[in-house]
Amino acid sequence: MTPALQIEGLKKAFGGLPATNNVSLSVPAGERRLIIGPNGAGKTTLFNLITGALKADAGTVRLFGEDISKLKPHERAHRGLARTYQIITLFPRDSLEHNVVLSLLGVSKTRWNALRPLTGETALHAQARRILGLVGLEARAARPIGEVSYGEKRRVEIAMALAQKPRLLLLDEPLAGLSREERSGIRALIKGIAREVTVVMIEHDMDTALDLAERVTVLHYGNVIVEGTRSEVVADPRTREVYLGN
Amino acid sequence: MRWLAWGALALSLVAFPLVGGDFYVNLASQIFIAALFASSLNLLVGYGGLVSLGHAAWIGLAAYTSAWLYLRLGYGHLVSAPLALILATATAALFGWIALHASGLGFLMITLALAQVLWGTAYRWAAVTNGDNGLSGLTRPAPFGLSLDRPAAFYYFALAIVAVALWLMAKFVASPFGAALRGTRDEPRRMAALGHNVWVVRWITFVYSGFWGAVAGLLFVYYHKYVHPTTLSLTSSAEALLGVIAGGAGTLAGPVVGAAIVLILKNYVSAYFERWNMLLGLVFVLIVIFMPDGVVPGARRAWARWGPR
Repeated sequence: MTPALQIEGLKKAFGGLPATNNVSLSVPAGERRLIIGPNGAGKTTLFNLITGALKADAGTVRLFGEDISKLKPHERAHRGLARTYQIITLFPRDSLEHNVVLSLLGVSKTRWNALRPLTGETALHAQARRILGLVGLEARAARPIGEVSYGEKRRVEIAMALAQKPRLLLLDEPLAGLSREERSGIRALIKGIAREVTVVMIEHDMDTALDLAERVTVLHYGNVIVEGTRSEVVADPRTREVYLGN
Repeated sequence: MRWLAWGALALSLVAFPLVGGDFYVNLASQIFIAALFASSLNLLVGYGGLVSLGHAAWIGLAAYTSAWLYLRLGYGHLVSAPLALILATATAALFGWIALHASGLGFLMITLALAQVLWGTAYRWAAVTNGDNGLSGLTRPAPFGLSLDRPAAFYYFALAIVAVALWLMAKFVASPFGAALRGTRDEPRRMAALGHNVWVVRWITFVYSGFWGAVAGLLFVYYHKYVHPTTLSLTSSAEALLGVIAGGAGTLAGPVVGAAIVLILKNYVSAYFERWNMLLGLVFVLIVIFMPDGVVPGARRAWARWGPR
């Protein structure tokens, strides 16, 4: 079966400093993959290369067999690639519902309509509220993003990504900065994502994220140093070296 | 309540020429034109977050084209008006394509440079533009045989066109496309990741904004029956931008109010006060200090705070 994501020889350097150094990895369809690594390992850069936010210096990215390396970010989104951000980049003045509507519009032809009022797109708004319901935020749909808690913003991030019905979902530190209770809530949410969606997740914190993943890739200085099942990776001395420095 | 306010506004606008003298009716016509011009720029600046200092290109290009077609080729308004709009809009498509290769200050500088090219051309290419003397000897159109030479007649003509234009721009802003446009202003990278084609959204807005700027240009040349290179100057672009910022960028009423302030200070106060430029500067400093996001948002906030409950 064609893998959901296949990366070959991906390279990106910033001013001569390699952030992603010849990374190759393959994620089968439906898998939950965890990418871990210390600060500066190149995890977010890897995501930016996959989504096209950054241009790779070399290498290819394939989404379900299709080479998307040359595509613009919005074209990649139309092929079923969605992501969340480590640093929350929502639209703070707009309501939760409007944020999700913008996400729905991104993959709908309606976004080109310049004549009819957006408020008249009742189906779109109903869908947005339903998706907010999936992450437990339906009651807050009309609130501006700026007025809800950090944990709720994290949920909106995930709602916006899920709204696009992606085939491949990239989650960039979805648990970062959350309290224990919030973390378990988000974890349950991620666990509940349908199996048709392949999930690649960056997490800094191994303990909380390990049980979400089937396979784990360890990045260090832009290189893949270990890859395998949870127990393989945890047992591998190189993982310990990277994380504990001995 | 809302409809009552709109009705009152419409009624007073329609009744104004019956009570106001010619001077004020003409001033109002000019405010309409300036309001349309500033509103068209506001699509780009306020809703797209793309600050342009070259918007004079559209008012000037449409005005010059219409004037030239009439004077040199003897075309009637029915032919020259669409041709002027087409030429200006096509140029906006080209200029937008060039300018949108940059963003932020780079975008501002390119729009400025391109408009300056047109301004320089208007000055130097005397064979076509009559240089510093400008093109004169123009007429106003006579839609359905109605002469627009009387101030009140032109007032209603301008009012009708500007009202339709503002209505269409309001629809544009409230549409899904308008929502996407505001999204690209706030978080362009995010919008791209969500599947929005940020560049095309901006380019379409640039062209649409140029089109309405050109409509303002037609009204401008009809009103003055004259066009001079200053129409294309940086001052002309800057005045519109000043109107947008002073009134409130990214609001529908803001540029209308802002353009009115600029025009009233320019036309009315200058009759009594020689240093009107100084006064204009002072007024804008006060606006920026007390209502940094413009008069309309500022007044709204003040109303919410001190207005009747």
